Order: sequence, then C-alpha cells, then structure tokens
Amino acid sequence: MTARPNEPERYYNYAYLDEQTKRMIRRAILKALAIPGYQAPFGSREMPVPYGWGTGGIQLTAAIIGPDDVYKCIDQGADDTTNAVSIRRFFAQVADVATTEETAEATIIQTRHRIPEKGLTEGQVLVFQVPQPEPLRGLEARETETRAMHAYEEYGLQYVSLYESVAAHGYIASTVGYPTMIEERYLMSPSPIPKFDNPKLGQNPAILLFGAGREKRIYAVPPYTNVRSLDFEDHPFETQTWEEDCALCGAQESYLDEVVLDDSGERMFVCSDSNFCAERRAAGHAGPMAGHQLAALDKEPA
Amino acid sequence: MAYVAVKGGERAITNAHRWLAEDRRGDVAIPEIETDQIREQLSLSVDRVMSEGSCYDRDLAALAVKQARGDLPEAIFLTRAYRTTLPRFGASLPLETGQMAVRRRISAAFKDIPGGQVLGPTFDYTHRLLDFTLAANGETPVEGALEAEEAQAYPMATIASVFAHEDLLEPDTQTDGAPAPFDLTREPMAFPAGRDQRLQALARGDEGFLLSLAYSSQRGWGSTHPLCAEIRLGEVAVEFIPDELGFAIEIGDLTLTECQMISTYGGGVDTAPQFARGYGLTFGHCERKAMSMAIVDRALRDAAAGEASAPCQDEEFVLYHSDNVEASGFVQHLKLPHYVDFQADLQLIRRQRRDYAERAAAMKEAAE
Repeated sequence: MTARPNEPERYYNYAYLDEQTKRMIRRAILKALAIPGYQAPFGSREMPVPYGWGTGGIQLTAAIIGPDDVYKCIDQGADDTTNAVSIRRFFAQVADVATTEETAEATIIQTRHRIPEKGLTEGQVLVFQVPQPEPLRGLEARETETRAMHAYEEYGLQYVSLYESVAAHGYIASTVGYPTMIEERYLMSPSPIPKFDNPKLGQNPAILLFGAGREKRIYAVPPYTNVRSLDFEDHPFETQTWEEDCALCGAQESYLDEVVLDDSGERMFVCSDSNFCAERRAAGHAGPMAGHQLAALDKEPA
Repeated sequence: MAYVAVKGGERAITNAHRWLAEDRRGDVAIPEIETDQIREQLSLSVDRVMSEGSCYDRDLAALAVKQARGDLPEAIFLTRAYRTTLPRFGASLPLETGQMAVRRRISAAFKDIPGGQVLGPTFDYTHRLLDFTLAANGETPVEGALEAEEAQAYPMATIASVFAHEDLLEPDTQTDGAPAPFDLTREPMAFPAGRDQRLQALARGDEGFLLSLAYSSQRGWGSTHPLCAEIRLGEVAVEFIPDELGFAIEIGDLTLTECQMISTYGGGVDTAPQFARGYGLTFGHCERKAMSMAIVDRALRDAAAGEASAPCQDEEFVLYHSDNVEASGFVQHLKLPHYVDFQADLQLIRRQRRDYAERAAAMKEAAE
C-alpha cells in the first residue's frame, strides 16, 4: 500500500468535484441501487480526462471516496496499464488517498473491462467504467426507443439476436459485454467485461457501481443480487476457457491474456489480473515460463 | 523481433509528458509564442475555442490554444474541463442582440435594409493568394481602415423588425414567465429536446460537424432552402441583477456572431404561410459556425413537426454526435488497451475458423 501523500496546497475541492456535484451523483447512485439494473440519468460533468477514458468511473469514485479509503485501479485486470496508472495518480493527488494493488486491501476498486479474480467482500465497492450503458444500443440506435423498451420490459429483440447467433454459428457468439438480466427485471450491460466474469456479478457481497460519463448514466448491482446471463435451455450460458495455464503462475482458472513473443507464432498466456498472478507467485506457484521478464514488470520502480 | 512490453508504467507517463512539453516548445532558438500574441493575432482560433468551450475568456482560450499546440478541439477540451470547475453565482438577463454595436451586418435577403449592408472585417472578398509579405520577419505594415463618412446609427434594425409590420416572419416574442432554460452542462440530454436544449447543444457543437450537416441539407438531404436573412457581428452588453442591488447593472461586453436563416413554411390548417427561422449564435467571430448552426436548427424544426427523413433533421443523431469533446474522447479511447476484449475475439474467431474448416472438409468429402 502506498501511503497517503501529504499535499499542503489544494487548488480544487477534495476529490476534484464540488460538493453539490457529489451530492447529485450520490442521489443517482442511491436511485440506481434502489432499482438494480436501471440506468439512472445524471448530470455528468466534464472531467480533466477525455470521455471514453473513465469519466463515469472517476465521477463515481470521486463521489464516494474519503480520506480513509484505500483505492485500487485496474485496466484489463492490471494495475500497471497506463490509464490505470494515470487514474490512480489522479486520486492519490486530489483525494489524499492511500492506493494499493492488492485486491483484498482496497475499499474502492475502479476497473475497466475486468472483475478481479479474487472474490470481493462486504464493504468493498467495485466501480466499473462503462463506454455504452445501453445493452440494446447495438440492436436499436435510438435512446427514445430503448428507454421505452426497458420501461415495458420489451426484451424480445435481445433474445431474437441471441437466437440468430445460434442459428448462424450453432452457439451464442458473444464474448464481451454479454447481456445480463438483473433480478428478472432490467436487462443490463455488464460493461465490456469478458463473459468469463459474468458469473461474478450475481450474489456478489460487494457493491457494484457502473458509471458512463459520456452517456450520462449510472447503474448498479447491489450486494447479493440475482444476475442471470441470458441463454436458452438447449444453449446454456458458457464462459471462456483455455487449454493453457498461466505461464508465470500456473493458474488454471483465471482469465488469460495472450502475449506475442515474436513474429513467428511464439506466444505465452498470462493472467490478466496482475495482482492475482503476483500473489500466486509470491505464494510459490510457478508456471512453465516462471521468471520471464514480464513478471519483473509488475514491480516497476516509481 | 524481440519481446514488446505491453504494459506501461509511471515512468513512461512522466516521460511522455516531458516529451510533449518539449515538442510544444519546438526549437528553443525561436522566441516562445506568448498568449497575448495568440489572443491578438490568432483571434479566430480564440473565438472558436471560446464558443465550443462555452466559456467567454479570451486570455484563457489563448492559453488553451498555446497549451494544446494549436489543436483546437484539444484547446476546447481544456477550456471545458476548466469551466466545469467554476462556481455559478447567477444568470445574466437575456442578451439584446438588437442593441448590438455592429461591426459587420449583412443581409442576403434584401438589396438594402435599414442600417445598410456593412461588410466589416471579412475574408469574403479576399483573393485567397498567400501573402508572402506576412512571412517576412518583423512588423508587417497595416493600413488602417477608412472611417465611414457618417457614423453608424444604433441600434441597427434587426431582420425581425424589418419584417415586423407584415407578419411574414415568424415572431420571436419573449415568453413571460418562461422556465429557466435547459442546461446541458448540468442535466443529461433528454428527448424530445426543447429548442433551448437544441440551441445550447448546437452552440457547443463541433463546427466541422455542423458545417457538413448544413451542407448535406443544402445538397438535398433534408433541404430547407434557407436564405441568409441576416448575419451580424459586434459587441453586446451583458446585464446582471445582483441580489444585493435588485436592479440590472452592466458587467461587461461580449463579442457575438448572430445568424438568422429564413425559409418558407407552407402553413397549416391554423397557420398562414410564413418564413420560419433558424438561429445561430456564437461567441466571437465564428461566421461559418453561426450559419451552419442556423441551418441545422431550421432543419431540426422539421423533426419537431414530424417531417424528419435526412440526417440533419434527426434530433437524436445530430444532438448526440455534435459535441467534439465527447466524440474526440470516445474515438480516441480506442488507443487504450483492449487486450482482454481482443483475447475474447481471438478465441471466438479461431473457433469459427475451426468450424469453417470442418464444414469445408465435410463438403469436399461429400462432393468426392
């Protein structure tokens, strides 16, 4: 854990946003928690990072963070990806907050495209960065239409789309952002996490908050909520699997990234969750390429 | 090929920032450009940044242009990100553009209108020949414009007042007790959009996007056959009523460009045929933007009347995609790592290729 930096001067309000804006966002969060899966519109602000780069997640974090929080930020499952580093720095600077890479130690985890491998616990908040909150957008471009479809629970189009995939491919050819049903009421985009992570959404002890800054929507899955990934009786939901194990830590049940080693087809598979992988290695687990220089990249001197 | 590290870190970011600052400065043998030079000599860049940045501050916009290395959408983004942190202490009274101290005013609808045609500072009739004397170092002599023989009479009649006696033009009377205008910077986009919301979105919208939409409308994609009734450029006083005083005081002047486009409206059962209006307004001198905005505003009024068919008449399409800060961010977010998604796609496409190969082999076998 990196200790709270002691910044004597502050040019912006604590956690960047002004208190009125935080109140407005907190109200939207409460609304979202009260209606799981419903996309609550909110007066998203212009942030000092570009739209599409985590403005929704940053606003959620800014609205709930306090000096006693411990903040973790990941992108693609890793703490050391550039944008995760950039956002973590932002909160270390504007919120005087301790940061960590350890999943268990964090009170707020902001993420893009992954849910950590290690199970979350009560009291933790997982903040998702969401590019497109509307699960039906790929099927219906108009917001006026999709809002009505949610209101009338009119999800036939989504099922037809899955059926068409089965008809064309013999299976549901959807990989990330796989549609979910929340408490059998609202169709919800899980954000572009791989469907590998979908089972972690349901009955999770942590609060799951989703923020879409550009599209100005907040939605949530409260703790211990039922989340169902859409499927058919004869084509049940399935997640990604690999024949390989993690080359560094030997994990067999984590989401793997494919790392290209040269231009003649050599590649290795490594855990996308860098903290999960590092902890396993520290505990003595080793994969077939343990000691590869990629492992050394985890701990980069500041 | 050696292994390529896919994960960047703190040092990489810090170094990238340093490199960027170095590139911004350019050759240190050349004097650094100053923000007041940008403010005075790149004033149309400053005007665009103020307009689309929704913040009237020439010095701030000049700083943004300098920091953004002349990249105007980036400068607009910087201005917006600053603006959003500013406290709000109230709203001014509605601006009276009819009272504008006009520097330029033209109407294409009439050969002459009260107040006359005033060309003002315009590129319009310049021949676009590069002026190589500007490239010579040092001061370029500027010949001052001649003073008019007769001072301009103010206020200069607006196109509305020219038409006023005949009811030919749809009126723009002030609505008493109207609710506070919609504010896109505080509330999310909502549909159907009122005209206040639409005009705010267009005023903040990207000049290039609106220009192309307006152009598409002229070429027949939702044509409204607009006519430029009036363009005016000049200074307008801003009035504000402080709670402590209870009466209006002038707190400054804004330079504005206003454009009124008109086009025929055939009338309905209850309404006589009239000229309907499209409205454009920008900070500073942004004529191309003001005209485009007015054409698109007019086109979107057809959408409200349920006559939409072309892109420029489609409210959701236009308003959701006109903001260049949103668009630029989202298009460029594709630079962020997507390898978790890509891994999922790789798996899927490999599976589909296996299926394809099996099918192809089976068909070949069946054929033989």
